[in-house]
Amino acid sequence: MASPIEQFQIKPIIPAINFTNSSLFMVGAVAVIVGGFMLATRKRAVVPGRGQSIAEILHDFVAGTLTDATGREGMKFFPLVFSLFMFVFTANLLGMIPGFFTVTSHIIVTFALAMLVIGTVVVYGLVKHGVHFFGLFVPSGVPSWLLPFIIVIEVISFLSRPISLSLRLFANMLAGHIALKVFGGFVVALLGAGGALTILAPLPLIMAVALMALEFLVAALQAYVFTVLTCIYLNDALHPGH
Amino acid sequence: MADPRERSGDNERKPDSADDADLSARLKSLDARISQASVHRAEPEPRSRQTSDTSAMGQAFRLSAEFVAGVVAGGVIGWLVDYFAGTSPWGLIVCLILGFCAGMLNLMRAAGLVKPAKYDDKR
Repeated sequence: MASPIEQFQIKPIIPAINFTNSSLFMVGAVAVIVGGFMLATRKRAVVPGRGQSIAEILHDFVAGTLTDATGREGMKFFPLVFSLFMFVFTANLLGMIPGFFTVTSHIIVTFALAMLVIGTVVVYGLVKHGVHFFGLFVPSGVPSWLLPFIIVIEVISFLSRPISLSLRLFANMLAGHIALKVFGGFVVALLGAGGALTILAPLPLIMAVALMALEFLVAALQAYVFTVLTCIYLNDALHPGH
Repeated sequence: MADPRERSGDNERKPDSADDADLSARLKSLDARISQASVHRAEPEPRSRQTSDTSAMGQAFRLSAEFVAGVVAGGVIGWLVDYFAGTSPWGLIVCLILGFCAGMLNLMRAAGLVKPAKYDDKR
């Protein structure tokens, strides 16, 4: 029987240019997003059809999340945030199709996305606010003898942000897919055991079905959480003073 | 709701004052319903953030990620300090402890026990 972590193996498809199954599904996710949006917005009707409604709802949803967290001026980051949300969301959902590879179950992928966000925050914050950006690390109302200690902790806390951002998405996807595979494996093992154990086989199957529903929820939720945290961090770059 | 056939019958008749009154009444009720619907739509917006993490497993993942990230960040910084300054193992020890503090701070902020950092507005 296949091991539960075999699904995360990276296999080269075109070794000459290091094109792996991970790359294939990243390209696939981008193709689904771009193709889907081209198809949905092709008509540009005043009264949207089904596809256009989905595109508009996604747009308004991300725009609403962004303006909630950062205000109107945050909209200049909309292309970045929307691309991130759509990529994570589509990659998560593509991974839910049996036999497909889940791009976001590799920490290097989520870490690269998180570094993109934090890199944007640091570069934009420094360009826009200069030295004032470092005010982010100096909380108010702290006694002066405690201040050096607090600043060091705040800096480490800031540096831990990309790690927690990537870790959360990665851990959720990894754990969910392993759990699904383990329960699927139970079904096969019980069926193969024969005798009285075969009667028990539907029980893990029911569990696997329930987990599948949960995984769809987690896939959408983690994309949303990633987007909300991105918006909150971008807010620090826009308004480091408060 | 008016039946569509009935409405087309209305249109063919000559408009009189009764029809006008009926129309304005219907417009008013439509206005009321639109404003009610837009209130409904605007309302769940702030609540969505709280409900996003209510599932116990989601919260566990969130909080553990916050804490682990702090410790890992501290460890990496300490290792880098040792690597470049040659102070092994003191940089790692000190930064790991500081990372533990930062992880705790992250954790308490995420759990809402400590107010999210309030920064100085006076400057």
